[in-house]
Amino acid sequence: MRAILLAVLLLVAGPVLAVQPDEMLSDPALEARAREISRQLRCPVCQGESIDDSNAQISRDLRLAVRERLVAGDSDAEVIDYVVARYGEFVLFNPRATGSGLILWLAGPAMLLAGAAIAIAAQRRRTRTPEEAALTAEEQARLEALTRE
Amino acid sequence: MIVELGHFALVMALAAALVQGTLPLIGAARGDGRLMALAAPAANAQFLLIAAAFAALTWAFVVSDFSLVLVTNNSHTLKPMLYKVSGVWGNHEGSLLLWTLALSGFGACAVWFGGNLPATLRARVLAVQGLIGLAFLAFMLFTSNPFLRLAVPPLNGADLNPLLQDPGLAFHPPFLYLGYVGLSMSFSFAVAALIEGRIDAAWARWVRPWTLAAWVFLTIGIALGSWWAYYELGWGGFWFWDPVENASFMPWLIAAALLHSAIVVEKREALKAWTILLAIIAFGFSLTGTFIVRSGVITSVHSFANDPERGIFILMILAVFMGGALTLFAARAGALEAKGVFGMVSRESALVANNLLLAVAALVVFIGTVWPLVAEMLWGRALSVGEPFFNAAFTPFMVLLALILPVGALLPWKRGDLPGTLRRLGPAAALAVALLALVWAVQGGGPVLGPVGAALGLWLVAGAATDLLGRTGRGPLMQRLGRLGRLPRADWGRVTAHAGLGVTIFAAAAMHAWPVEVIRVAREGESFALGRYEVTLADVTEMAGPNYTSTMAEMQVTRNSSPVTTLYPEKRIYPVQAMPTTEAAIDYGLFRDIYLVIGDPQEGGGYAVRGYVKPFANWLWAGALMMAFGGLLSLTDRRYRVAAGARRAAAPAAQPAE
Repeated sequence: MRAILLAVLLLVAGPVLAVQPDEMLSDPALEARAREISRQLRCPVCQGESIDDSNAQISRDLRLAVRERLVAGDSDAEVIDYVVARYGEFVLFNPRATGSGLILWLAGPAMLLAGAAIAIAAQRRRTRTPEEAALTAEEQARLEALTRE
Repeated sequence: MIVELGHFALVMALAAALVQGTLPLIGAARGDGRLMALAAPAANAQFLLIAAAFAALTWAFVVSDFSLVLVTNNSHTLKPMLYKVSGVWGNHEGSLLLWTLALSGFGACAVWFGGNLPATLRARVLAVQGLIGLAFLAFMLFTSNPFLRLAVPPLNGADLNPLLQDPGLAFHPPFLYLGYVGLSMSFSFAVAALIEGRIDAAWARWVRPWTLAAWVFLTIGIALGSWWAYYELGWGGFWFWDPVENASFMPWLIAAALLHSAIVVEKREALKAWTILLAIIAFGFSLTGTFIVRSGVITSVHSFANDPERGIFILMILAVFMGGALTLFAARAGALEAKGVFGMVSRESALVANNLLLAVAALVVFIGTVWPLVAEMLWGRALSVGEPFFNAAFTPFMVLLALILPVGALLPWKRGDLPGTLRRLGPAAALAVALLALVWAVQGGGPVLGPVGAALGLWLVAGAATDLLGRTGRGPLMQRLGRLGRLPRADWGRVTAHAGLGVTIFAAAAMHAWPVEVIRVAREGESFALGRYEVTLADVTEMAGPNYTSTMAEMQVTRNSSPVTTLYPEKRIYPVQAMPTTEAAIDYGLFRDIYLVIGDPQEGGGYAVRGYVKPFANWLWAGALMMAFGGLLSLTDRRYRVAAGARRAAAPAAQPAE
């Protein structure tokens, strides 16, 4: 029983290496676009792999679908929309900068601006402090007297 | 019996941690010297007991004691000895044991090397360290005990994941853990200082070496992991922005920021509150990293060993320590009066900019990592954040950082002269711009990534050289070169690390910008072109390894019909876990790696093969090693070796301002 199970497992897990030669398009420009798109799409059943890297059957199907759409004359955006329409935005590695996605994209620049503002404000405050704690008139007079000596 | 002794030692370590975490704290509050003195022996005892437990578990793995659940699940008699030993930490329970071993090890180091610390500070640091140990030992004993027995031991084990049976990965976790856990020292120092309500130059001087050590370990650990991914996963990628990679990268970024802000505290007694906050956050990211890896909350390629239920426990540890420390910070930060005043153009300001950029970069990585989780909880949307996002959102901050770094390193303290500094950097800038133009021309237009990466890299390296030469003072050039050898190691460390960053940036850009890739079918005896090289698939043979079977190809590489090398890529199958792995064959070179992979046999005959030429791949690891080595040089600087640190710190302005 164990041996049969092992054999089955070996068949199922038969190693496939991501993009296969037989999937590739003969037109290099189109193929390059297909690879670029594949790298931005996530394999729906794997853990964090793009369909370009993934060995899963569904990724192979998606890679073929992407190429089919490209051959049919779709633009890159249309191909991506085509896949997203079927598998949801989960497959997008590059989340769209719309709606709540804006928070994700703007968090870094916003924090940089806020941080810079805080740093500059703190800087102003720091440089002002010693002026406030400047010498009193009496001390100033003594200092001048001392330096004159 | 040995296993039971290990189990018992672990329970005793919990007791030692309990003593270490409570009594010295009370002692320090009451001024009771006897209670404070308990901290040192308790820390030593905790370390020795955990070391004993770790030795016992290692022994169980070495002799393949399958009566232990852990050994059964993660080992196999046929496994080579190296992987039997590395199997100890190739799983959840064992890696936690390694975590606590490193934690108690750092505590013990604070005992051995902390002789010149004031008694109360030392007691409090050790107590906080003890409390962290207590939390993790409890976590381990109650939810993830490595010493559980099986009633009926099986004849053989389930083997370690074949991907993990690799020398690079055998040593990747220990380094990473030493880095993660090393940041606990900065945390303990920060909390102890908040309890004392006092931070001065001396404090920063004590904290810096620990942070530096942790950062060096993290750098090596991350580089090892990245190198492993490069040669093992079979397509030559070196960084995937995977949640687990991000988990180690965030503490690295924050630790780098902390290193630099601690300099400002040490030299100028400014940025105190910010430095304390960074120390707390750095360890917070370490705990978050542990949480992400151990809970599997964000599924990723790496979650070989995870369990969601345990995640809750780590989350509680995280909440208690971060909540406690941040509350303490809120209460006490106001009391941390800054002394040093500095101008808008000064090294202090440059270091503030460095900190800001590193912190923002860490935030971008953090948000990108947890965003799928947030989106699912708040809006019920299942979405992904991956490489394209991180490349676009993270890189600009690194470019900014690289641009200002040489300027900041040359600016004097307090008040700087920007035009003068820029003039000194003139040659470096000219070189960088020239390289930009050259690379742009050679590349013939196209994406800017390559030229910009090359120019930034050279800017950093030439900037570091300018920095180093500037430290030699005035006089004839030969005389100044002669003085190079007498410069403090801290100077050498700084410029080595900065140049290392330049090399790393250049290599990362080069590997992205100039890839050569061929994917095709090749029959035995067939040749194909790979960039400037010609590759021939000479032969394919089946063979058996110690615990796997292999399909091995012989591939001859020539250039202009003169032989370059012969490579033997393999495809292995590990029958125990029924798992295939690709073993790429790589010809490492100074300027390029040739990277060949053998794939499946094809229906019409022949094999799928992949070939890559990876430009400047070795420079990536070399740059990382330079950064780590720079840190090491700084760490061995005379002022850390000489115990006079505390006394000399009384005059923090002793360092000449250029």
